[in-house]
Amino acid sequence: MNTVDLQKQSVRDLNHALHQLPEGNENVGWEILNPGGKHNIACGLDRELNIRVDGHAGYYCAGMNKRADVTVTGNVGVGVAENMMSGSVFVQGNAGQSAGATARGGLLVIDGDAAARCGISMKGVDIVVKGSIGHMGAFMGQAGRMVVCGNAGEALGDSLYEARIYVKGSVASLGADCVKKEMRGQHVQELQELLYANGLNENVSEFTRYGSQRNLYHFQVDNALAY
Amino acid sequence: MTSQNPGIRESRLFNRDVIHEIQRAAETGIYDIRGFGAKRQLPHFDDLLFLGASVSRYPLEGYRERCDTNVTLGTVNAEKPIEIDIPITIAGMSFGALSVNAKEALGRGASEVGTTTTTGDGGMTSEERRYSTKLVYQYLPSRYGMNPDDLRKADAIEVVIGQGAKPGGGGMLLGQKITDRVADMRTLPAGIDQRSACRHPDWTGPDDLAIKIIELREVTDWRVPIFVKIGATRTYYDTMLAVKAGADVIILDGMQGGTAATQDVFIEHVGIPTLAAVPQAVDALQEMDMHRKIQLVVSGGIRSGADVAKCLALGADAVSIGTAALIALGCNHPRWQQDYEKLGTSAGFYDDYHEGKDPAGISTQDEDLGSRLDPIAGGRRLANYLRVLTLEAQTLARACGKSHVLNLEPEDMVALTIEAAAMARVPLAGTDWIPGKEKKL
Ligand SMILES: Cc1cc2nc3c(=O)[nH]c(=O)nc-3n(C[C@H](O)[C@H](O)[C@H](O)COP(=O)(O)O)c2cc1C
Repeated sequence: MNTVDLQKQSVRDLNHALHQLPEGNENVGWEILNPGGKHNIACGLDRELNIRVDGHAGYYCAGMNKRADVTVTGNVGVGVAENMMSGSVFVQGNAGQSAGATARGGLLVIDGDAAARCGISMKGVDIVVKGSIGHMGAFMGQAGRMVVCGNAGEALGDSLYEARIYVKGSVASLGADCVKKEMRGQHVQELQELLYANGLNENVSEFTRYGSQRNLYHFQVDNALAY
Repeated sequence: MTSQNPGIRESRLFNRDVIHEIQRAAETGIYDIRGFGAKRQLPHFDDLLFLGASVSRYPLEGYRERCDTNVTLGTVNAEKPIEIDIPITIAGMSFGALSVNAKEALGRGASEVGTTTTTGDGGMTSEERRYSTKLVYQYLPSRYGMNPDDLRKADAIEVVIGQGAKPGGGGMLLGQKITDRVADMRTLPAGIDQRSACRHPDWTGPDDLAIKIIELREVTDWRVPIFVKIGATRTYYDTMLAVKAGADVIILDGMQGGTAATQDVFIEHVGIPTLAAVPQAVDALQEMDMHRKIQLVVSGGIRSGADVAKCLALGADAVSIGTAALIALGCNHPRWQQDYEKLGTSAGFYDDYHEGKDPAGISTQDEDLGSRLDPIAGGRRLANYLRVLTLEAQTLARACGKSHVLNLEPEDMVALTIEAAAMARVPLAGTDWIPGKEKKL
């Protein structure tokens, strides 16, 4: 186990060290102490690493992650795991705005709540929020799946493309072109898998699926009010 | 179609363009979308003149005495700044808006003369990386195709906040151009009319931008410079804020700047002219003691070596071209006149880049049309054109006695119109009057 104390070492040194590691360090864990809400912790990784951030992290924690598994025991600021490609990021506390923004792969799990724009422009990531999410969740979401075990704020799925959203609790309002959709077999199955994989003992039948009505896919006079 | 009948009179207010647009709007119910830049008359570099040498100023001998043109971009924070041999770069234009061959031709032409090309909304193609020796990677609100591997392959990163053609507007790419490859790169269904976001998804405001810039530096281990591109609006403040946020280079795009697809109302009515924006940016840099440390690259209507020289004289470190580069490749060439006519237009007027039917094979994703552009010949034409721009700029600089094009200064110029004098802050020709600047007694 490697331990890095961010009170003694800079984030820049930490990231640089993680980027320089030779391939094949999978089994070595990294513990990051005293993150103190610092920004850009463990971003740009491209190794099969196991990282535990012991406390709260600031903006863009594990941003652009590839292959690494990162756990944050506290809360995270804006843009956790933004543009993640693969690997996984677990947040044991709450997440700020734009969690998992534009992420193209991997898994983001938030034990607490996520603020506004969770999954904005998501492009293939799986996001599981055990608590609730703020407004504009999955705004312009292109691909991937988002599961919310609590409630969703206003304008869920506004201008959605092909991302699929599952919410158990209430939805304050749906955004433009986002509609409630039927849970067919494949959806029940994928939701079950996502819940199961994350150790969530939820009842699939209590969730509702939301997706794009695909009305805004072409510029049309009749949709003028939505543009 | 000028009328031969002197008894009928066209209205200035409701002229035939206006009448046609009202008719078009009434028929379709949707705004006009087009490519190209602003078409209206605007104060521009044509309204400035160089004074040249005189009894009190000593010229350099053309061809014999050196007049250097090299520029280094990103000298403050990056381990590897970018050296360009000429003060002219190729602006960001997306694969999607442009064909594969067009992107390759841009790379070939720019590399031949030692300058950069730039990716665009839609990510980096392998062809583009291969043919551009110096490639700038755009980081846009849509983040289409954005991935950290490409980010690490780039020679610089350009955070796009706005474009001169549409400051405050996102991108558009209409369904005709969303082929399988384009769709796949953008993670979108093929064939849909795609809107790209106008705001970045994970930051708002200058304080966040500062953190975002550090993230980009961290991901690339502080190797490459970070550019910030702004559309010309509140240029003085935007420049200051971008510098404060940590930009190494400011890309400033005036309202004449070209686009692949934007609402006409946006192109013609938002932003300020390039001429008005440059002095504001230079002011901001000078006030922060950052002029020539943070480089200023200006685009929006650069067509000739005269435009290049005048822009540098106002304080820019380099210029960037979009529309002119496409024209050099063959856009709007008379050899395709018959095809232009079939599209209801004419060589020299074609601006429907968004429709993807470009007869010259540049703003299209159609393979047959795209194959009309030979990337090697196109690259050669672009290199020729860039050489001419450089030679022209050197000619003007030598005439003003400068051994480097960056030694040109506002003092070398006068203005032809009061508007240009006020915007560029150089005196009206034949006077010592700069509107807005009162003389100290
Ligand atoms: C076909 C085309 C595509 C463009 N695509 C982008 C883009 O993806 N991102 C961007 O920041 N600007 C884009 N632009 C704007 C250019 O980067 C540049 O700002 C502009 O073309 C400069 O003005 P000029 O055309 O008068 O030289 C595009 C312009 C054109 C003509």
